Amino acid sequence: MAWSGEVEPRLLLSDFLRSEVGLTGTHVGCEHGVCGACTVQLDGEPVRACLMFAVQIDGHEVTTVEGLAETPPGEAISVEGLHPIQQALHEAHGLQCGFCTPGILMTAEAFLRENPAPSREEIREAVSGHLCRCTGYHNIVEGVALAAERLAGDGAGADEGDEP
Amino acid sequence: MKPPPFDYVAAADLDEALEALADASVETRPLAGGQSLVPMLNFRLAAPERLVDLNGIDELSRIEETEDGGLHLGAMVRHRQLERDPLIVRRTPLLAEAAPFIAHPQIRSRGTVGGSVAHADPAAELPAVFLTLGARVRIARRSRDGESGSRAERTLALDDFFLGPFFSALEPDELLIAIEVPPSTPGEGTAFDEVARRRGDYALAGVAARMRLNSGGVCEEAAISLVNGGSTPCLMREAARTLVGAEPAPEAIGAAAAACAETSEPAADMHASEAYRRHLIRTLTARVVSRAAARART
Amino acid sequence: MSRAGGTWVGARVPRNEDARLLTGRAQFVEDVEPPGTLHVAFVRSDLPAGRLRRLDVERARSHPGVHAVFTAGDLGPLLHPGAMLVPPPPLEGLVFHARTALPLVRHRIRHQGEALAMIVADSRYVAEDAAQLVEADIEPLDPVVDLGRALDESTPRVHEDLPSNLAAHVRQTKGDYAAARARADLVLERRFSYDRGIGGAIENRAVVAEWDARADRLEVWDTTQAPIPVRNVVAAALGLSESQVRFIAPFVGGGFGPKIMFYAEEILVPWASIRLGRPVKWVEDRYENFFATTQERGQLHRAEIAVTREGRILGVRDIFIHDSGAYDPYGLTIPINTQCTLLGPYHVPSYESEFRVAFTNKPIVTPVRGAGRQHGVFIMERLLDLAARGLGLDPVEIRRRNVIGPEEFPYNHEIMYQDFAPLRYDSGSYEESLEEAVRLVGHETFPRERERARADGRAVGVGVVNYVEGTGIGPYEGARITVEPSGTVRLATGVGTQGQGHFTAFAQIVADAVGVAPSDVRVVTGDTSDFHWGTGTFASRGAVVAGNAIHAAALSVREKILRHAAEALEVDPEDLELVNGAARVRGAPDLSVDLGALAVRANPLRGAVEPGTEPGLEATSYFGPPYGTTANGTHALVVAVDPETAMVEILRYIVVHDCGTVINPTIVEGQIHGGVAAGIGNAFYEELVFDEFGGTSNASFMDYLLPTSTDVPPIETAHLETPSTLNPLGTKGVGEGGAIPVAAAFAQAVEDALADIAPGLEVLDIPLSPGRLFDLLRTRRESRESHAESAGGPS
Repeated sequence: MAWSGEVEPRLLLSDFLRSEVGLTGTHVGCEHGVCGACTVQLDGEPVRACLMFAVQIDGHEVTTVEGLAETPPGEAISVEGLHPIQQALHEAHGLQCGFCTPGILMTAEAFLRENPAPSREEIREAVSGHLCRCTGYHNIVEGVALAAERLAGDGAGADEGDEP
Repeated sequence: MKPPPFDYVAAADLDEALEALADASVETRPLAGGQSLVPMLNFRLAAPERLVDLNGIDELSRIEETEDGGLHLGAMVRHRQLERDPLIVRRTPLLAEAAPFIAHPQIRSRGTVGGSVAHADPAAELPAVFLTLGARVRIARRSRDGESGSRAERTLALDDFFLGPFFSALEPDELLIAIEVPPSTPGEGTAFDEVARRRGDYALAGVAARMRLNSGGVCEEAAISLVNGGSTPCLMREAARTLVGAEPAPEAIGAAAAACAETSEPAADMHASEAYRRHLIRTLTARVVSRAAARART
Repeated sequence: MSRAGGTWVGARVPRNEDARLLTGRAQFVEDVEPPGTLHVAFVRSDLPAGRLRRLDVERARSHPGVHAVFTAGDLGPLLHPGAMLVPPPPLEGLVFHARTALPLVRHRIRHQGEALAMIVADSRYVAEDAAQLVEADIEPLDPVVDLGRALDESTPRVHEDLPSNLAAHVRQTKGDYAAARARADLVLERRFSYDRGIGGAIENRAVVAEWDARADRLEVWDTTQAPIPVRNVVAAALGLSESQVRFIAPFVGGGFGPKIMFYAEEILVPWASIRLGRPVKWVEDRYENFFATTQERGQLHRAEIAVTREGRILGVRDIFIHDSGAYDPYGLTIPINTQCTLLGPYHVPSYESEFRVAFTNKPIVTPVRGAGRQHGVFIMERLLDLAARGLGLDPVEIRRRNVIGPEEFPYNHEIMYQDFAPLRYDSGSYEESLEEAVRLVGHETFPRERERARADGRAVGVGVVNYVEGTGIGPYEGARITVEPSGTVRLATGVGTQGQGHFTAFAQIVADAVGVAPSDVRVVTGDTSDFHWGTGTFASRGAVVAGNAIHAAALSVREKILRHAAEALEVDPEDLELVNGAARVRGAPDLSVDLGALAVRANPLRGAVEPGTEPGLEATSYFGPPYGTTANGTHALVVAVDPETAMVEILRYIVVHDCGTVINPTIVEGQIHGGVAAGIGNAFYEELVFDEFGGTSNASFMDYLLPTSTDVPPIETAHLETPSTLNPLGTKGVGEGGAIPVAAAFAQAVEDALADIAPGLEVLDIPLSPGRLFDLLRTRRESRESHAESAGGPS
């Protein structure tokens, strides 16, 4: 969607998305760039929305978790209609309270575009900029690996060898 | 944790940015990647009256080969590009090796080389790496009264740029616009390593090293610099000098590492005591210099 | 004792709640913002101890966009100390001083971050601007920071009306320790410390309140683990009927204990909404979270073990100080957990345990995942390791010689547990769990692996430790299950969710009883308008207490379904089965009736409901256990230590656990993974650093280190299932188990890895940061060098 309007320069991108645009899927956990919950994509690259000002996205494209899959308002959401990464995290139990999940999804989507067949170790590295207190990360890593496999489609997915 | 109010200028080009910085009546700070500045604003540890946003200035994002075969990195080159840009990866593999240690991908896609260097953080990776590479910084400002032309520029060896913790030679009206890395020479090897509590944290200690060997395997030039080894990003000249003129045998490297640890001035903080940091510097220096020497041999 | 023999309990059912969470549509409190909402920021004390002499809020009040600034003087009848949430159990000789905080400081500041004033403004940005305009004149007082000196006579007092900083004193004993000690072949004493950390939920706390003057109703959205008790306290404080107040804890972004507490913000925000006639919202920021939300862990122990030559435990003595922070609203839950859990899965014929709770000028301590149990496990497991070393025994062997055998249940440890009942173990698999972990980690062949690694210049070590966890305590929980005319089954319970998968695990229990798929069960939790009896989600009790209430309600609904179906189909209820959302006749599946149709039949619009029956296919049930059920497990890990950098890498992590009947293995594994990750944080990364002035030096995620994906290894799990004898489902809790024994395992493994390099090195303090390990290594090296010199040097 296109948004036009005026905001105060100091309004953080995270607050802008949540309160001005109404996209509350982007969560705020620390507001100093460490926890990763607010990660969105700016022109396709993952960034911390709490470390940017809304005025800085003028003329740019921001993708939030709401943009990963078509989930029209008013329709019940089913897992089947979701993005392969969302589906894979569901199947791998890669989320518990789900608060950090939107940010992880935005990082993982960009990561798999750049590295479609990552090892488990590369996945761990890629999501290390996200704090999750619930899952212990194990199933997040498995979920991203599963998504890589699915996205590759031809079985040339994650290298399974390096973790039990 | 919301930033205090400020005025905002989105500079369309360098002159506009310099113009804003030149206005001494308003306390103005440049906004590059913002990955260090915005947290400080959110904690309300900084409250500039005005931010001048450099993100729209295309000329600051250039990556080019210089006439002498070195590398010109515009101040707004992002950390991510250090890992990805083929020219950088080929010309200065040390940058590509060190970049992944900087925070996380989401930070690196915003963080800039100019911002990192200008921030003059002794705990940051890039200042140490650029020091090791013998880099210079290009600094611009709007011409002051009586000066000709609209813009004045100066170039400074990076070693002369860092004056103290978070304190550099930049005047309030000046902007760091580029970093220039001299060309690498045949027989050169570089390496970087650090010890951090977690992936992406500021290092407890880190070491960048560069070594040039002649065809006989004798060290002709060496540079070592430390992350968190003192109150500024610092080159360890004495220690590096001990390596020159001989083959980098383990004993020589060990001695250089010991000298490095001895002459470093690491601070104690909640994450590491001074003694622990010194010990890490010694261990890392030995490991990193050995690796640089091995790379120089091949 | 029947285990629910259905197809869903025990199955790896994917979670019902995920789709909303994955798309960003799940409702968290911070997402709630009614039109016209005002935003709150609190002015908090930077000093940990002081006298508030004057508070000037006039500039803040007149700041544009500010609607109100409230100080203690504005609170009227609300200005009284907060609720005492958990009174101490009735122990003989108990000393306990209850001290709880005022909603806003009136005179005395007792910890950093105590709220001095509340600012309500158009936005949080403006509220923070105004907060900077408040001038507080505070006379600084000497803070009580060092726990070891908190109880000294010369130490200043946190509460001026008490003779000392002693908050509580408890002594519990079993057998005759002095006699055991006299008879022992080996007696070892050590001092241990276990430092403070945070809960670390990624979602901070938040409260949104909207007073509807026309409906005379207050609606509050709150990130609480206990919406029902909080509603009751708030209603009472505001002089409202409980039915006028609706608390909703929607999706909550992690609980881990601190969100069970009752906080002043939960009263102040609704109060401000009533007063201002506008919706009011407060969202805690991360910095505030380090002070305004409760923490846990600080304890200092002096412990002693007495063993025979063969390594049999004769007795243990443990004397410890527990840091309560500035107040003690949660009573003695944590230190009693420590005291009881120390005994673990072992025969301990005599036990002398004494603790003192101290007030300090630090944030309040209440349970955080593990809730004092990890301290007890750490002490006991360390004592066993030291005894094993002293006797030349393998650490696994000494454990084998002391664990309680399978034929010994129920086992009574005699002392009193936190649920006011004696510490009794209902069932367990202590031997089996230990042996399974030993097998999985390859303990028998590990010495060879250690040698191989040593040859490659790597120091690796293994650790194997046991734990028990008291779970599933009372008082009770309830559930209401309703079959709707659509055939959907609705379940309402008071136990809210902070990520535990309740929408799925609870649905599985219902699904088995009424013959639907878990995806057809709509679960509502944490909304007092849907269910208003119960306490909340804490102490690893959801699957036990709520789970069995749900089970009971589901069986009642099943009865009703069968009765109506039997009438409709004109058959005997015995001949019916419930399958795929319908009741059908066994052997004649064409003879069936849908649950939806039965729901309509049970709620007729004409005719008469028979006297003595109730309309609808609905039932409400409650479950309260006589006492807690005890889960158990064994953790084994392999570490590699770089002795030069003092960095530790975890190479393998194995968890064998027994939480009785497993409702959903995938969810249970997730709980274990997360628990282990928190335990790793505890053991190696997380520490709150207080400076000499009592200030927190690392109140940010930059300096307070939560483990991330590269710090937590893959975790291998094995399930044992020894059903609890205390509830029909046979379930035991699992939420905290993963976190409890990690530090003990970690310490043993690190010592093992360094056995040759630094023989005699003892890990007695947690967290074992690399800086601390470096100091230990250096001390060992120095003492070795000086020994070598004195032994072999020239005289």
